[in-house]
Amino acid sequence: MKIGAYICQGCELGDRLDSGQLATTATRDGKAALAKEHPFLCNAEGVAMIQNDIDNEGVNHLVIGACSRRAKTEAFNFENVTISRANLREGVIWVRPDTDEARELTQEMADDYIRMACAESKSMKIPAASGEQELTRELLVVGGGISGMTAAIEASKAGYKVDLIEKSGALGGVAGQLVKRVPAKAPYNEMADTGIAEMAAAIEADGNISVHLNSSVTKTSGAPGRFEVEVSTESGATNTVTTGSIIQATGFNTYDINKLPELGGGQSPDVVDQLTFEKLVKEANGGAIKRPSDGKEISNAVFVQCAGQRSEKEGHLPYCSGHCCLTSIKQARYAKEAGADATVIFTDLRTPGAGGEDFYRGGQEAGVSFSKGEVSEVVSAGGGLEVKYKDMILNEDCTIGADIVVLATGMVPNNGPDPYLAQDLKAAEEAEDESLVAELQAKVEVAPPSVLNLDYRQGTDLPHLKHGFSDSHFICFPYETRRTGIYAAGPVRRPMDMQQAQEDATGAALKAIQACENASQGRAAHPRSGDLSFPTFRIEGCTQCKRCTVECPFGAINEDEKGYPQYNESRCRRCGTCMGACPVRVISFENYSVETVGQQLKNVDMPDEFDEKPRILVLACENDAYPALDMAAMNRTEYSSFARVIPVRCLGSVNTIWVTDALNSGYDGIMLMGCQKGDNYQCHFVKGSEMAHYRMSKIDDTLQSLNLEQERVATYEVSITDTQRIPQLINEMEETIEKIGMSPFKF
Amino acid sequence: MSDMNTAMVEKYRSSFLKEVEANVEEGDWVKMCMQCGVCSGSCPMENNWEHPPQELFMMIRANKREEVLSSSSMWMCTSCYNCIARCPRGLPITHIMHGLAHYGKRLGLAPKEQPTVKFSQLFWDNLTKTGRVNELKLGLSLYFMNGFGEGIKTALKMKDVGLGMMKTGRLNPFEIFGGHSCKGASDIKKMLAKAKEIEESNTAEFKG
Repeated sequence: MKIGAYICQGCELGDRLDSGQLATTATRDGKAALAKEHPFLCNAEGVAMIQNDIDNEGVNHLVIGACSRRAKTEAFNFENVTISRANLREGVIWVRPDTDEARELTQEMADDYIRMACAESKSMKIPAASGEQELTRELLVVGGGISGMTAAIEASKAGYKVDLIEKSGALGGVAGQLVKRVPAKAPYNEMADTGIAEMAAAIEADGNISVHLNSSVTKTSGAPGRFEVEVSTESGATNTVTTGSIIQATGFNTYDINKLPELGGGQSPDVVDQLTFEKLVKEANGGAIKRPSDGKEISNAVFVQCAGQRSEKEGHLPYCSGHCCLTSIKQARYAKEAGADATVIFTDLRTPGAGGEDFYRGGQEAGVSFSKGEVSEVVSAGGGLEVKYKDMILNEDCTIGADIVVLATGMVPNNGPDPYLAQDLKAAEEAEDESLVAELQAKVEVAPPSVLNLDYRQGTDLPHLKHGFSDSHFICFPYETRRTGIYAAGPVRRPMDMQQAQEDATGAALKAIQACENASQGRAAHPRSGDLSFPTFRIEGCTQCKRCTVECPFGAINEDEKGYPQYNESRCRRCGTCMGACPVRVISFENYSVETVGQQLKNVDMPDEFDEKPRILVLACENDAYPALDMAAMNRTEYSSFARVIPVRCLGSVNTIWVTDALNSGYDGIMLMGCQKGDNYQCHFVKGSEMAHYRMSKIDDTLQSLNLEQERVATYEVSITDTQRIPQLINEMEETIEKIGMSPFKF
Repeated sequence: MSDMNTAMVEKYRSSFLKEVEANVEEGDWVKMCMQCGVCSGSCPMENNWEHPPQELFMMIRANKREEVLSSSSMWMCTSCYNCIARCPRGLPITHIMHGLAHYGKRLGLAPKEQPTVKFSQLFWDNLTKTGRVNELKLGLSLYFMNGFGEGIKTALKMKDVGLGMMKTGRLNPFEIFGGHSCKGASDIKKMLAKAKEIEESNTAEFKG
């Protein structure tokens, strides 16, 4: 190991700091083999200087004292070395006033960051891929509807082999049952052909795609890049497919209209849902549409929007399914074309998408009539049906006669069971929480059969986000699920129409390909894309407590037959939650470990008790809190010069030993900054922030045993927009310390 | 109930929307309204409307024929064109309002005591006599629109303005004896008679 420290003098760093002293600090305290100053480190010449040292001087651990690790990543991107960034620009000079009085403390701060970076550098190893999996250019798509078929076709175009699993005897899914579709391209005001037959033919003719009809997935084991999937046919024949990545496009089930008796669901055969009406139109084959009860040709169809959805009533769907308004307009046009009158009764007409408004206008031009109203009931009357509704524009009760009433019911995801149910049930039983046990038991009983049958430590299917959909945080992860290398596409992820499902499937195919390519190189998927570091553990230290396997938010860690954890590099997202969970601290990444952070906080210069210079340790989540601090610095927001900020991959990776160590080495305050937890979590790693808060709730015992005040350790939920709040929090911590006094543990 | 009204009721039995499409200026736009309410929200006279435009469109679709045609609403329109400028669907709402008002008037359903209805009639009668507006007479007929006593009161109140206008040559008192006319007043009358004829025949044939 040879540490080379490089101190930049650009961006005013040279004027505000004594870079000669920083270089001395790096060699003397940081034990760097060489330390160089440069007036403009990120320009070609500066980078060439570093590269030259790597090539000819044998430097393999870099300490770069310049800007934040989030800036100039391209310039300071060197292969096969470890890089530690001492954040002197955003971390020091931009948050300190440019006055002579402030100079001393600013310099102290910078010196500390150099010491920390050198200490970190010493404990780092150079990350390298594990080679656990080869490049498998093959995908498995579960579900042969429009989403699955689109994903298969797109992946095949990209040169990947695809296994397409369909449980029924034909491709097409729901889209295959439609007469026409809402258009996906101009002219938007006309109905378009579904194109399903052409797609199915294209798949049949495609040598890259093998279709498994009447089949389902009975077992999935392995990890991205090396999934082993058992595909079983109805007859019981099983074959095993090796695949790199999986796309679950299992679509949706229709909501049961028997749950809507007030709207005539199950009361009259002439009250149907949209899919049934679609079948009636298909049967009519361009002629007059006949109603189910007596075969009478319909002359008046009424469409009721938001039937059993967007409603908080028990058993109804609380969400909008996003396609039904357009679908109803389309079906009203079928009725118009067949010579009947059609009325759409809506509360809010939502026609999303580029052509939505055009299609609505097309419906109006075709003479479909629209009434804004709330339907209260549908009753049989005089050989037909009567729809009673309250007109919301005229504010009066109206009735309208109809031969057939079409209810726009919502989409229910066709998904596997919630994988965490069994775990939660077990935990509830252990805690003897009777009511919770009963509640979970009821959920287990109505849980659907598994779709993927994953052989994972944490359940058989993709975790649900809300209402049984396998969605993800839509700002940070537009396509991800909480199982790396398995992507949900189409209405199983979020209610959507055909056009959105096709876009979604295309995106999922690209993500799946990316997952294969990354896995083969041992690189992480989102959000630490390209990260080569990977958790390993000291087997002789492991007590087999299983905490890491349980707490991993992505189910990446299985257990082998001896009960030791198996890390499955390609399932891992490198968040370090396992590292924070480990009570014996045997888990570490090459360039991020209990040691790297522990050494950083121990190498801060600790002034003695009478210096009036407290030290505040800030462990900041690198996804939100740290960028927010950087942005605060760009706005020149000043905060206490006693704070020392260490970025962590996720608050979940914070091991309580860091807090204990920091207290023991004399820090006066410790602040942990993570993301929002709970149902509307903002944490990139789902449960990281929550785990950290939970672990820190137990820190009070440690504080008591050390005779320290509880205020010294605080955990915060912050977001990336808190650029003003975070500096304020740090300053408040400084005030608190002033009130309660310095830590007695300074030596 | 005029005869024409009875005929129309017969003809369009259950679909007032079709009647409007056939007989009202720009009436075929009504089906394109999407009930967003921007017209009602933009209307400066909205507080004085019995039913704002958005509601009128909904009433047309809900077959509320009598209510729409005998409503005073569209007579409240001042032609400020706010609604047309803002309608996301591009409906010529102002023109539709005038069309509805006109159609209601022709059928004899327009409210009798509505000031705009009254004044419009006075203006029309005044103008069609000579082909020129007789301002003195128009002003006076407006004063006495609501009875003799009201007329005297208003005239006294406006006395100074009237005298001022006379001094500056803006009001000719001799206009009271018939006033000036355009060159071909009789031709104007012929033209109007012809236009009326064309309108009648247009209304008579069903275009729905």
